[in-house]
Amino acid sequence: MNGARVETVGVAIPAERPAARAWRLPRNRSVWIGAAVLAVIVAIAGLAPYLGTTDPAAIDPVARNKRPGAERVITHDDGTRTASTFRMGTDSLGRDVYSRVIYGSRVSLIVGITVALISVAVGLVIGLLSGYIRWLDGIVMRVMDGLMSIPAILLAIALVSLSRGTGLRTVILAIVIPEIPRVVRLVRAVVLSVREEPYVEAARALGAPTATVLARHVLPNTIAPLVVQGTFVCASAILVEAILSFLGVGIPPETPTWGNIMAEGRALFRILPHNILFPSLFLAATVLAVNMLGDGLRDLLDPRVRKQI
Amino acid sequence: MLATVPVMGTVAVFVFLLLRLTAGDPAAIIAGDNATARDVAEIREKLGLNQPIAQQFVIWIGRILRGDFGESFFFKKTVAELILGRLEPTLALSACTIVLAVLMAVPLGVVAAWRRGSWIDRFVMGLSVLGFSVPVFVIGYALMYLFAIQLGWLPVQGYQRLADGVGGFLQRLVLPSFTLAIIYVALIARITRASVLEVLGADHVRTARAKGLAEMPVLLRHVLRNAAVPIVTVIGFGVALLIGGVVVTESVFAIPGLGRLTVDAVLARDYPTVQAVVLLFSAVYVLINLLVDLTYTVLDPRIRY
Repeated sequence: MNGARVETVGVAIPAERPAARAWRLPRNRSVWIGAAVLAVIVAIAGLAPYLGTTDPAAIDPVARNKRPGAERVITHDDGTRTASTFRMGTDSLGRDVYSRVIYGSRVSLIVGITVALISVAVGLVIGLLSGYIRWLDGIVMRVMDGLMSIPAILLAIALVSLSRGTGLRTVILAIVIPEIPRVVRLVRAVVLSVREEPYVEAARALGAPTATVLARHVLPNTIAPLVVQGTFVCASAILVEAILSFLGVGIPPETPTWGNIMAEGRALFRILPHNILFPSLFLAATVLAVNMLGDGLRDLLDPRVRKQI
Repeated sequence: MLATVPVMGTVAVFVFLLLRLTAGDPAAIIAGDNATARDVAEIREKLGLNQPIAQQFVIWIGRILRGDFGESFFFKKTVAELILGRLEPTLALSACTIVLAVLMAVPLGVVAAWRRGSWIDRFVMGLSVLGFSVPVFVIGYALMYLFAIQLGWLPVQGYQRLADGVGGFLQRLVLPSFTLAIIYVALIARITRASVLEVLGADHVRTARAKGLAEMPVLLRHVLRNAAVPIVTVIGFGVALLIGGVVVTESVFAIPGLGRLTVDAVLARDYPTVQAVVLLFSAVYVLINLLVDLTYTVLDPRIRY
């Protein structure tokens, strides 16, 4: 199977003056909209305790299955009463869905960013070595082909089953492994196209050690495509985490994540769709924002593929 | 064609190691809680767990090739039986989805490219971004809420075997297939549009138009045919997406298929079943892409193997 055929590999970044690039930046709406939405989500995640939330794990048997906007009256020990509303209702354990959704953004962002960083870093090292050192290339690419022929979500689910207890670390690892081959292919493609360039040859002729050639002359060419690929990895990681949690094989159910809230809401979906509605709105908005950012960055950094796809 | 052998071999090694890396001793798990040390030793002997790992792998591969996937830890059946029993819903769902997706995506992509910049083009591009951003189960629940709960046109969940009547079978398949197709459509329509756009600018298309051909034959015979290779390729690659989607969709719509089996097996830590399902899905994926590679020779006679 020849996997490289449809992949749009962003190779050879044209020598464009930084000034020209900066001039075009404001005109790319996609980047701005994506970045703005993402900034809002990051702010929500960071400011979660100050956004009128309560403890997202607190169970309240009295207030189970409330509709969004339901009134909550708390009678204190001294007889005074305070009233508040469940903005997004409660789940079947009486947990406040609004608080859970707000806190859930933290898990999604952590998973998305960590997976993107780890898979890009690992993929970069493997890709650089594989593309530059010929005898290694065959072995590495066979392994990557094998990994890529296991559908990503299936591989992630199978990897989760390997560990006894599931947690954030297991889930991150299970999402990272299927992503690595895609990064490796990309880096390798860049390295293969760059290694024959005269300046690389010149550096080698001058006696620069392999490590120096890779770090000084090859590595910089991979940065732009990797930034783009990293955002796509981030988006897909957020989606896969939600899917794993939704299926019940992800992060433990008491942790508020968007997938967990939806998994909890499945049973009563017919009567109380809000448990699925609100987290999915947040999830879709976040992933859409990251994807738009990635699309926009690709257009900016690699004009060759712009407007084609 | 021979290239698929090493790929499947690597997959087999991964899947084999998947079981080997687990913390538990498979012999002890099969033997159960009340087993004596001798029982465990006997089972270990029977399964060949005493032999060196390379030899075990060879034995295991030999069994797999004969269709023996071992015994399920959890369901107390052979894995092969288990898979056969769950095959129909998954096959029906996947086939329905692919047909639906191709029938929707290719015309959409062609029209989007043909009328570039029009509302339909923007719709296709919007759909393709959205399709990658909304998880399958959200689409599933949205459609379920609208068509099954609010409008009451279709059953909410469940599956009916083909043998129990075609009407009920199709009725229950519509929503899940449509759900799954949306993401697939996003992918195929995007590539179709890009591929058709490229061909539309070619000289032979101008010639065809110049000799007075109507737009329809131009698009179908001169454009689509030349744009077919990337489209067929992406249909093949999309199967990976489809398989991931099947797992999720079957859970949403309570369909007792292989996807549901995968999740149940993972939750029960039923490693032989997990192994078999992963191996099977990967084999299907590799084989479909092999078929795709072979269709290139039909679509483009310049390609030879």
